[in-house]
Amino acid sequence: MSLIAQHPLFFVSLVKVIALLLLLMTALAYLTWLERKVVAHMQSRWGPYRAGPHGLLQPLADGLKFLFKEDVTPGGVDRFVYYLAPFLSLSLALTSIALIPFGPDDILIFGQRTTLGIADLNIGLLFLFAITSLGVYGVALAGWSSNSKYPLLGGLRSSAQMISYELSLTMSVVGVLLMAGTFNLREIIAAQQGHVWGLLPRWNIIAGPLPQLLGFFCFFTAAIAETNRLPFDLPEAESELVAGFHTEYASFKFAMFFLSEYASMITVSCLATVLFFGGWLSPFPEAQFWAWTRFLPTAALGVGCALLIFDGLRYTTLLGRIVLPVLGLVLGGLAYVIAQPGVIDFIQGPFWFLAKVFFFLFVYIWVRGTLPRFRYDQLMAVGWKLLLPASLANVVLTSLAVVVSRR
Amino acid sequence: MTVVPLPYYLVLSAILFGLGAIGFVFKRNVITIFMAIELMLNAVNLAFVTFSRMHGQLQGQVFVLFVIVVAAAEAAVGLAIIIVIARSRQSLNVERVDLLKL
Amino acid sequence: MTLELILFFLLAAVAVAGAVNLILQRHPIHSALSLIVVMGALAALYLLLGAEFIAAVQIIVYAGAIMVLFVLVIMLLNAGEEERTNLSRMARYVGLPVGFFLLFELAYVMARAAGTQAAAPGVAPASTRQLATMLFREFVLPFELTSILILIAILGAVVLARRES
Repeated sequence: MSLIAQHPLFFVSLVKVIALLLLLMTALAYLTWLERKVVAHMQSRWGPYRAGPHGLLQPLADGLKFLFKEDVTPGGVDRFVYYLAPFLSLSLALTSIALIPFGPDDILIFGQRTTLGIADLNIGLLFLFAITSLGVYGVALAGWSSNSKYPLLGGLRSSAQMISYELSLTMSVVGVLLMAGTFNLREIIAAQQGHVWGLLPRWNIIAGPLPQLLGFFCFFTAAIAETNRLPFDLPEAESELVAGFHTEYASFKFAMFFLSEYASMITVSCLATVLFFGGWLSPFPEAQFWAWTRFLPTAALGVGCALLIFDGLRYTTLLGRIVLPVLGLVLGGLAYVIAQPGVIDFIQGPFWFLAKVFFFLFVYIWVRGTLPRFRYDQLMAVGWKLLLPASLANVVLTSLAVVVSRR
Repeated sequence: MTVVPLPYYLVLSAILFGLGAIGFVFKRNVITIFMAIELMLNAVNLAFVTFSRMHGQLQGQVFVLFVIVVAAAEAAVGLAIIIVIARSRQSLNVERVDLLKL
Repeated sequence: MTLELILFFLLAAVAVAGAVNLILQRHPIHSALSLIVVMGALAALYLLLGAEFIAAVQIIVYAGAIMVLFVLVIMLLNAGEEERTNLSRMARYVGLPVGFFLLFELAYVMARAAGTQAAAPGVAPASTRQLATMLFREFVLPFELTSILILIAILGAVVLARRES
């Protein structure tokens, strides 16, 4: 114990990093499940249904498949760069989650008061953009080191797309920075506290000197292009260029690219909530009239419990009829626990944060299931001729609004 | 007060500058020579930031920003020139680029 | 041996190793990757010196944009490994020693001139706000001139790299 007392910060950070990593890997696995289910239901089919009740064990099956598949390395590749590229991609995508604040209150680990979130930098937002700009290397180096035509073209196209949309991404956030006056993510959330006219929350997209609707639109579009998702995923689409920059990558290295794409999705959703939608702030005012909204987390979990029990009892397989109601009861127990007086204050912040992040992930998947793909020249035209002027216009308008409102 | 004596940073900057100069003189690929120039610029940036910290004035850091911007502009134009040379000479060896006529 | 001193020596070793690797590697892509490692180490050193904005700009602009330009050009030109030519005798026995001698002399002069001076006492590491104030008050003219410089560079690059059509 004395070792922990000598270096408290190190051990506390270690515990937080391990906990976040475990939670994040589970979330990534089930994000792939969610995507397949949602896209399938949008296409009037069921998606994964057989691997465990409602396909809930599908991510486990996929993981085992990736681990056991033969790891083929094509001849003539540049070995060091070939092995470096997926590792670089995944580690950068996972590092950016360390900067996101999850809740306002401090928690106690080993008797140390520490914030809910791993790092709280004064230049948090700039650092996130630094990590995003380094993400281009994973794609470019993967495409080049594969020693093959299709990956090279896919890698060049992907990296050109990423650096084009990176400009709009960083420019569209400048409006928020002008209004908040700081790069620190916690302070940006704190600047969005309060309610306008006692009813509407003072989030950056609704209130402030200039509501950041244009900024949010540019940010989200640029982020979809930056993470190479539909409708901007021409460089890695199946019907084009075989599979783009990760054609020649086998089991586990492909899984690393796959995971890094979903981790970037989660990071972007977290950034969108923090910058434009108030982070962990509740949309309901603090007045006594709205006190019942503090029980919304319990209600949400209670609804989930009821749905799982009712659906589970009528499920087709025996395993489903046992597992699903048990899961429902666990959710019900959790709903009861978070309604207790001590926990209910703590759970408000993380609950609203996670709800908003989940909403943005759903929008990501929704857009993927709905829109057709952009052709490459259309894609680049949108990036340079539409989004970049729009982001610059947003900067000009917001600075005008800030100057006028400060007079 | 820092615990690392600031002259250590200056010595590191000098070592990096010297290595960049050696790379500039002895390498044969045009792009690698260009990268050695960027290494020298980086070493100079480190010296500027160290001096800014040493005297407590911010002009050093502002100058570093301008050095980075100028390096970006120089890299863009320099690489465009390298592309033209590579297209016309079919080689990136700097010893082949020894005529005034392209 | 405080943590900062250990961190400094670690980062300095990484930076020097990257610079040496840049010279020793034959393929330009490996040299480019070594240079990116050097830039990352330098960004961490800027953080140690308290220049947090410069560290972020170094990663975003230098390591994240300029070096991407280098890597893309190396891929486009399909640069191969350097040909193996031996250094001339003059270069190997006179050139290299003189080069290293100049390096060590520079380092020695720097160390002697600065002594063991620490940071200016009583001055907190600068914040981004102070940097921005200075940039937009005293240095506003060079700031506007660099925007024109970048415009010229863009025009030059587009005109130079265009294929004759």
